[in-house]
Amino acid sequence: MSEPLLSVQGLEKHFPVTKGLLQRQVAAVKAVDGVSFEVRKGETLGLVGESGCGKTTTGRLITRLIEPTGGKIVFEGNDITHMSQGKMRPLRRDVQMIFQDPYSSLNPRHTVGAIVGAPFRIQGIKTEQGVKKAVQDILELVGLNPEHYNRYPHEFSGGQRQRIGIARTLALKPKLIIADEPVSALDVSIQAQVVNLLEDLQNELDLTYVVIAHDLSVVRHISDRVAVMYLGKLVELADRKSLYESPMHPYTNALLSAVPIPDPKRRVERERIRLQGDVPSPLNPPPACRFHTRCWKAQEICKTVEPPLQKLAPGHEVACHFPENAPAAAAEAAPAAV
Amino acid sequence: MSFLELKDLRIHFPTDDGLVKSVDGLSFSLERGKTLGIVGESGSGKSVTSLGILGLHKGGRAQIGGEIWLDGEELVAADAEHVRTLRGKKMAMIFQDPLSAMHPFYTVGAQIIEAYRIHNDVSKKVARKHAIEMLGRVGIPQPDRRVDSYPHEFSGGMRQRAMIAMALSCDPELLIADEPTTALDVTVQAQILDLMRDLQRDFNAALIIITHDLGVVAELSDDILVMYGGKCVEYGTAEDIFERPEHPYTWGLLGSMPRLDRERTERLLPIKGSPPSLINVPSGCAFHPRCVFEDRTAGKGSSLVPELVETEGGHLVRCHLPRDQRRSIWENEIKPNLEAS
Repeated sequence: MSEPLLSVQGLEKHFPVTKGLLQRQVAAVKAVDGVSFEVRKGETLGLVGESGCGKTTTGRLITRLIEPTGGKIVFEGNDITHMSQGKMRPLRRDVQMIFQDPYSSLNPRHTVGAIVGAPFRIQGIKTEQGVKKAVQDILELVGLNPEHYNRYPHEFSGGQRQRIGIARTLALKPKLIIADEPVSALDVSIQAQVVNLLEDLQNELDLTYVVIAHDLSVVRHISDRVAVMYLGKLVELADRKSLYESPMHPYTNALLSAVPIPDPKRRVERERIRLQGDVPSPLNPPPACRFHTRCWKAQEICKTVEPPLQKLAPGHEVACHFPENAPAAAAEAAPAAV
Repeated sequence: MSFLELKDLRIHFPTDDGLVKSVDGLSFSLERGKTLGIVGESGSGKSVTSLGILGLHKGGRAQIGGEIWLDGEELVAADAEHVRTLRGKKMAMIFQDPLSAMHPFYTVGAQIIEAYRIHNDVSKKVARKHAIEMLGRVGIPQPDRRVDSYPHEFSGGMRQRAMIAMALSCDPELLIADEPTTALDVTVQAQILDLMRDLQRDFNAALIIITHDLGVVAELSDDILVMYGGKCVEYGTAEDIFERPEHPYTWGLLGSMPRLDRERTERLLPIKGSPPSLINVPSGCAFHPRCVFEDRTAGKGSSLVPELVETEGGHLVRCHLPRDQRRSIWENEIKPNLEAS
């Protein structure tokens, strides 16, 4: 097992809710509430969950775009949790982000050259044959024409724009890339192009990804390990195969069974788990296990005791009192036949 | 004649940059109690088609041609005022984004009551009772209280349910759902799809579901129409489209999509390039610049628009490749690659 590139321990982000003239804090939205995981060098970690589960906030905390209210972020052995702007700057080279919406993440008044060249300028990096040449090399790498250097974002289609965003991300050869819904704004046929591009770049440049997405099929395709979030908590974390083939948390099960399957023959025979209602508000999440209000296996204990994230099989952690598909001697972490 | 029949429907928009042929010669028919799925990427003309059927392009700049027959009545040439009386009663629409489709200043109940009273001569009290009943029907808890809620007080899934209640309040015979679940989370999407399936069975309406998600289409549709560049490129039963598709674009869509019900494939097989601009639709077959098999058409791809031809039992394909060749490509070159080795 390779060393962790990034390690997150008990990460918390509580957004204050204020009221009145004095802006007194009356409540907090616990967007991320004690999340711990590691990202190993060269792997892709998928982060999935429904809207409001805190997956985007987690991504922004890791990149230090927002300040965590608790917990610890360790990147390459350095604690970066509360590092100052100035000290963070050199590290920004190593941690980059791909955004969801290729229409709002590129400045419409800058040329492609200026957009992709910006990281060089900001970081004050000199390249051997000039920034222009470096930018053109990157454009070629992501499948764009180097002659696009002087064009503006509006001249490109959605898929091409996403490539421009990826080019900017790659400009300084980062080690870790956080991709927040990198393909969800794109057409189906373009999604596949960008997914393949991300995979090729990972192989070529030895990148590590954290991919945040709501589409479970896309996540299965690109991830090595997958973390499932629900209302600010991590409920399950496992390698791809065990998570998709023998999910332990009822929520993961429900998510997987809700995905529509493109096979008309299967619509009759397929057994579905249908969750009732919507995700509760993170302003006032249910106590103890946050999923108990929608869980069909919930019992008294789920309403009073919060289940800890436990390793029930090698590389398979789950936070549930009544996990499914768990090996018999779960507590001893007996090797599961997966 | 079928309940709904489109014959060579054309909806063109003149713009400063040229004529946008959003829908260019679309024909299909649909019976009561059946579901048609229309699949396509952005700009393929699927939403324009649905608005066209509802008569919502009338009075605008659109140039509309062809015929739309709804229950024996022609709508393209019909008076806009007359089509208005059909909307809501005879045909209704479920929009993608319920937050922007509902009026934020009025309660959900008021909006359902208004629509119901336009088409039915009843008192406010009776209409309100009907609205509560409809909200209960689509699974909104405590409908007698929620009827007085404003749209912003509902969650996304509940809003979409309210929207469906509104669409169904006058018992329409044709229901068009334009990306009804795209804005929703996957668990809520599953609830809404179940609901639509149940309601359609109860109301025996004809349902058109428009989406880019092949999974959603497979869950609901009897028949599927694949659109590209304003034209139908393939039409058939759900089994035809998913098990023996014959158009290279349909193959491309299937290859682009990672699937949870199969072994994971090492690589996705995307379609090269991007969807065409409708101002500048490629000559000949609109798909030819992106088609992998264009070189097998002996140059016809770029010069000649292929006809929509029946290949077998109602399965229509618009492609220059001969039928046998299409089938052998699907069996030998495409299908094996979609399944993991």
